[in-house]
Amino acid sequence: MLEGKNNNILFSDEILELANRIISRYPEGRQKSALIPLLHLAQAENGGWLSPEVMDKVAGFLDIQPIEVYEVATFYTMFNLQPVGKCVIEVCRTGPCWLNGGEELLAHFEKRLGIKPGETTPDGLFTLKVVECLAACGNAPVVQVGITYHENMNPGKADQLIADWSDGKERSHTNPYR
Amino acid sequence: MSLIKVTIDNIAIEVEPGTTILNAARKIGGKVVPPAMCYYSKLEGSGGKCRTCLVKVAQGSAKDPRPMPKLVPSCRTEVQDGMVVQNITSPEVLEARRAITEFLLINHPLDCPVCDQAGECHLQDLSYDHGLVETQTIEERRTFAPVDIGDKIKLHMNRCILCYRCVMVADQLTGQRVHGVLFRGDHSEIGTYISKAVDNDFSGNMIDVCPVGALTDRTFRFASRVWFTKPFDAHRDCPKCSGETVLWMKKDQILRVTGRKDKYGELESFICNDCRFEHKDPKDWIIEGPRKIERHSVIGQNHYEINKERKSDGGF
Amino acid sequence: MATQILLNNIEVPGLTGIEVYRKLGGYAAVEKVLKTMTPDEVSAEVKKSGLRGRGGAGFPAGMKWSFLDRKVDKPRYFICNFDESEPGTFKDRHLGSLNPHLLIEGMILGSFALGARTSYIYIRGELFYILNILEKAIDEAYRSGYLGENILNSGYSLDLHCHPGGGAYICGEETALIESLEGKRGNPRIKPPFPAVVGLYGCPTVVNNVETIANLPWILQNGGDAYAALGTQSSKGTKLISACGHIRKPGVYEVEMGLPVEEFIYSDQYCGGIRNGNKLKAVIAGGSSVPVLPAELILRTDRGEQRLLSYESLSVGGFESGTMLGSGGFIVLDETACIVKNLLTFARFYHHESCGQCSPCREGTGWMEKILQRIENGRGTSKDIDLLVHISKHIEGNTICPLGDAAAWPVASAIRHFRQEFEDHVKLQKCPLSR
Repeated sequence: MLEGKNNNILFSDEILELANRIISRYPEGRQKSALIPLLHLAQAENGGWLSPEVMDKVAGFLDIQPIEVYEVATFYTMFNLQPVGKCVIEVCRTGPCWLNGGEELLAHFEKRLGIKPGETTPDGLFTLKVVECLAACGNAPVVQVGITYHENMNPGKADQLIADWSDGKERSHTNPYR
Repeated sequence: MSLIKVTIDNIAIEVEPGTTILNAARKIGGKVVPPAMCYYSKLEGSGGKCRTCLVKVAQGSAKDPRPMPKLVPSCRTEVQDGMVVQNITSPEVLEARRAITEFLLINHPLDCPVCDQAGECHLQDLSYDHGLVETQTIEERRTFAPVDIGDKIKLHMNRCILCYRCVMVADQLTGQRVHGVLFRGDHSEIGTYISKAVDNDFSGNMIDVCPVGALTDRTFRFASRVWFTKPFDAHRDCPKCSGETVLWMKKDQILRVTGRKDKYGELESFICNDCRFEHKDPKDWIIEGPRKIERHSVIGQNHYEINKERKSDGGF
Repeated sequence: MATQILLNNIEVPGLTGIEVYRKLGGYAAVEKVLKTMTPDEVSAEVKKSGLRGRGGAGFPAGMKWSFLDRKVDKPRYFICNFDESEPGTFKDRHLGSLNPHLLIEGMILGSFALGARTSYIYIRGELFYILNILEKAIDEAYRSGYLGENILNSGYSLDLHCHPGGGAYICGEETALIESLEGKRGNPRIKPPFPAVVGLYGCPTVVNNVETIANLPWILQNGGDAYAALGTQSSKGTKLISACGHIRKPGVYEVEMGLPVEEFIYSDQYCGGIRNGNKLKAVIAGGSSVPVLPAELILRTDRGEQRLLSYESLSVGGFESGTMLGSGGFIVLDETACIVKNLLTFARFYHHESCGQCSPCREGTGWMEKILQRIENGRGTSKDIDLLVHISKHIEGNTICPLGDAAAWPVASAIRHFRQEFEDHVKLQKCPLSR
């Protein structure tokens, strides 16, 4: 098994054990395969986003070049490259969600939170993101928060969702492996 | 192994098995050679991306004469015995090439008047040959600010066509790659993410392999139009590389040093940064004589043949 | 109710647990195959079944398996493509979250047939909650001896792992998926070579869709002939259709291939008709990538035949008047839906999801989105409509991977069948259907 460098800085003991278990799923010398799973973990550990420092540590952990991490982190949309709020609300707006009121739902979130997609509320509680198809079109419109899908959404449920996350006690982007 | 026969635009040639259509066409030479903006014979895994070299395979092989259903990238498609290929004899290929050229230009700044690559730019050549007279776009172009990646290389991302050649140079020639392709789709960019210098003995080759003016030589920046300089083959005893270069001179002054490029714009050998950037004194070099530029571009002839058939005014 | 191969037990409480799954006959196929069959015999049954790939392309699964390079002395890999991201498609999510052991059993059977010792389920990162369901089920399968060393004393060993993506539709393309699994950007590879020869880590690899793999237990249990007896001439077995849009009962339905489209839309057993008593306007029958058809052409072919849910019936008329079964993502639009706006959301999707490697797709998808935005917002011209046709025509067939085609076909078909609606946007300088 590959022993990460500086791992005590990157991951807590519990996550470190999981990270090493993930790496062991790929053949020897192919530890780069664990990059995406580890970026999910690193993002969760870093408050929901990937800073260059965190990405460099992931590179060190996997013994690959930092640029290999940047190339991947910037390609995939689930990785946030800027700090985010404690609760990240991701609203789908592709065809089937649009047909069922996805745009009105997004407008409702914008109005309630007072922010545009890509922005974070000044109190640091909420970030609003638009995403493309979440593959739950039968229960459109759909919103994702952390790993949880919220389906058949409407303004009332949106208000409830905001209320549920307003105390700021938890983060939506925590360790996705449960 | 015995040679196999392929016919390109009605010209037959015999090549080694494993040869690509593009390289078979290069063996024939002349107008049947498809343009290649991303393929680079000396870089492993290059090609297939820009789609300018698409050709039609009218007959797959003698054994299986069926045509291939789609146009194929000639740089990544190996010839089969008895294959029949159409390049400039296929209206379909030429139409596709015009469209690809248009795609490559819709976000290109067309800032040739202030671009150091002008005169030796493959995108210029491509647009003279296959570009439309008028643009069909009214959309704003994607823009990036120019950045210095180290003290020797300038990156104008606006001009980049994402050929990946410079990334492959860094991967295959240097010990540590610090730049790459970031983000995705039409937001893709060449970069280091957090500002880093691309600094190693062979990084300057990124400039030579760049088909456009995305990566240019900061030591030559705005020094002269390339066609006002005279190229000379020269060499020096270099511990790091072949030392075989081209000196681009104005009178007895060396304005720029590059590797030696063949008629397809490919380097004969990669040269080190020491030769490229640090030896601008003619006394450092043994000058062999004037270099003949075979490419049909400004740099070669100082003028272009106007494509009369399409009544092009020059493309720009 | 037609034969249910995949969804027959889907509503049984506790099905995600191995005990319930086994009580319902689960893992019997693994027991049978590992104890009594050779890998070649398994492949032969799959070939006999006529099962076609359920991810969208519909390539015969048995034939795909037969391309695997079995001579080279390298490990072989079997990968499940759970990167379900095609707008309108949500069948794999339904199946994988509610019946994870069915997929795992299929993975064991496929891996055994192909000689894979390590297999992966590549699941889109957004579906992490299903990854967790799958991992629990995989743990159970290990503990019960269906995975790991020397499964059921057969001498065959298999490790199975889940691998999350990071948010990229393109990773549903099998070579992009492989790149992603190797920890790289999801850039599709230039083919040939195909994964069957050079796949994961340069080794021979087969990638199959969730639904394809989930059919394997039934096929091995009941025989390829029994499967081939279901469905039509060229479309064997059943198909999961995920129906959404303006219908009364959106959801995932398992239909026997050959069910009339009209029955599927209007029967209470399936979609239950158009909601609010509205009129059917158009259907995108196989996920956002396939050509949209107006009501009259989705219900009947241009030859007047009843249109059926099968590969061959949906494609009658070619792209002039037909479409494709694709992934089975069935999007229904009623008379209130604007074709241009719907298309705009698709164009934005493909622009957003283009990997950016090859120039026609990288540049063309964004260009099409901008033009559609202009038309929808009342700033388009008639020339723009022709320009869209021009762009889509030159993306199609000229790209490294099928994403280019997938972006081009919806545009070309929407203009082919609904040109007047585009012209109306131009003439009125606004969307005639905007609320």
